Amino acid sequence: MARLDYQMIEDMVPDGATVLDLGCGDGELLGELIDKRHIHGSGVDISPSAVEACVARGLSVFHGDLDEGLADFDDGSFDVVILSFSLQQLHKPRLVVREMARVGKLVIVSFPNFAHWWARVQLFFLGRMPVSGELPFQWYDTPNIHLCTIKDFRSLCRQEGLRGQREIYLSSFEKAAWEPRFPNLQARIAIFAVTRAPSE
Amino acid sequence: MANKRAGEPPAAARKEIGDVAMNMDADAGNAGIVATQFATLAEPPNGLLLECGERLGPITLAYETYGDLCPQKDNAILVCGALSSDAHVAGWHAAGEKRPGWWDMLVGPGKALDTDKYFVICANVIGGCNGSTGPSSVNPATGKRYGLSLPMITIADMVNAQALLLDHLGIDKLLAVVGGSMGGMQVLQWTVAHPDRVHLAIPLACAARQPTQAIAFNEVGRQAIMADPHWRGGDYYDHEMPTKGLAVARMIGHITYLSDEAMQEKFGRRLQDIRDYSFSFSADFEVESYLRHQGLAFTERFDANTYLYITRAIDYFDIARGHRSLVDAFRDTTARFLIMAFSSDWLHPPYQLKEIASALRATHKHVSYYEVTSGYGHDAFLLEREKMEGIMSSFLASGVRTFGLCGRPGS
Repeated sequence: MARLDYQMIEDMVPDGATVLDLGCGDGELLGELIDKRHIHGSGVDISPSAVEACVARGLSVFHGDLDEGLADFDDGSFDVVILSFSLQQLHKPRLVVREMARVGKLVIVSFPNFAHWWARVQLFFLGRMPVSGELPFQWYDTPNIHLCTIKDFRSLCRQEGLRGQREIYLSSFEKAAWEPRFPNLQARIAIFAVTRAPSE
Repeated sequence: MANKRAGEPPAAARKEIGDVAMNMDADAGNAGIVATQFATLAEPPNGLLLECGERLGPITLAYETYGDLCPQKDNAILVCGALSSDAHVAGWHAAGEKRPGWWDMLVGPGKALDTDKYFVICANVIGGCNGSTGPSSVNPATGKRYGLSLPMITIADMVNAQALLLDHLGIDKLLAVVGGSMGGMQVLQWTVAHPDRVHLAIPLACAARQPTQAIAFNEVGRQAIMADPHWRGGDYYDHEMPTKGLAVARMIGHITYLSDEAMQEKFGRRLQDIRDYSFSFSADFEVESYLRHQGLAFTERFDANTYLYITRAIDYFDIARGHRSLVDAFRDTTARFLIMAFSSDWLHPPYQLKEIASALRATHKHVSYYEVTSGYGHDAFLLEREKMEGIMSSFLASGVRTFGLCGRPGS
């Protein structure tokens, strides 16, 4: 089943754009972007098996650690830089967001919203670390080390001089986006598209 | 004479340090018995125009092939050798030989360079001493061995000679060109000098330009050879060979192929066949004994002048030479790249391979970069079969698919 968060991201990518997908995994999103948007894409992933899967798909992929920054990528060398559901696994999420804005013109970040009401319920009423479809791990074996909320991410963007272009909210990978009244409470997944604010 | 040692596997393959190489044939077949072939190319007056400006011809290339060329002739993979590689990349020359060809772990039926699907070619480089024209070959014009009268050979010349071999074999365009170390430099050269003849490029453990430290080590090796009184200005073929100098050169080179970790693990400070220090300058330590053995064994299969010529070719290598920049050098390149680095390689550390990837990406070439985690140092590209084969075979298969090639004889 096609992931709707991928579809939302695809809708934001212009046809024929140059795209860098950070934490690209097996290259599914990149593959779809190439098929549907005819992009010139590259991926970055730290996992050898992910890199091999991308190569098997015929994708261009760079084996590397995002937490070391994007030193091998030139300023403004991509139209779009995507970080799909990997933000929360980074050691240095702030550095990576900053680097994305340096390398790409449009920055797209999707992440699980830790302030979703069900997460709040689990912590507040049950006194347990939240576990959900988007965050399926127990606290002791989770790769998700830097969880944030929609408000948190907005604040980071402000600090980094990034201007919001769009925010999209989803309640699962499979359900279409909607306009919740209280996104930070109701959305399980958020997709931000931001650009660097023009320097004064 | 020149090819009397062609049947011997190079040191890289018989290196005890790589015990992993020994149990490699667990689930794949082997290339079987193969024979070295010889092609005479660039006959005068059409001698090969060398980078130094001189013409060389006729030249002989010793080469081996594995698998079958498909009718469309588009399933050929050229394997480019490192400093001491001969044409014998896989299989055996005769039954009962102790060790197979130097990259047997990756070349054969069902292996990464699958000879059931691909037609694999490997040639000894010009300047070499394993059957191809080099300083130890007889100059047909004089009836004497070239020695130092052989013009200086460069990586570009090696590649141009290989291009003539492809013409000879009737192959217009390679599915892939693959190689590590100096072989990787040849791969890069192929994509720049003959961009329309390469679909896929897999350079491993190399650099876009020979780095300073590596030139320095090569120079020490050359000085060791030239300081040997038996070297006689390169004119030693009718006399005693400069084996001492060549052995020292190999020992130095060998150190650069290993790593701190690999040496520590393999030898530690263990003593060789003695309980206590001998309080002399004999080879007390295992590592000393190993290096002496490697150095001496090398002299039995390698020519000192070839060592000079080939290290010089490596040192001169700079793919950006004659171009405005590295990015510019790759401008006409159309090949898809899979660039592989090895984490503990300090001769060509990963940053040198990332530099190539970055230069290619700057003009949005199709390039992938992969770093193998290994403790084996530079030699890892000859040892880490399991960490290399999956991605290499995936890359080849995706290329066959993308370019609509036959990839399998008869299909």
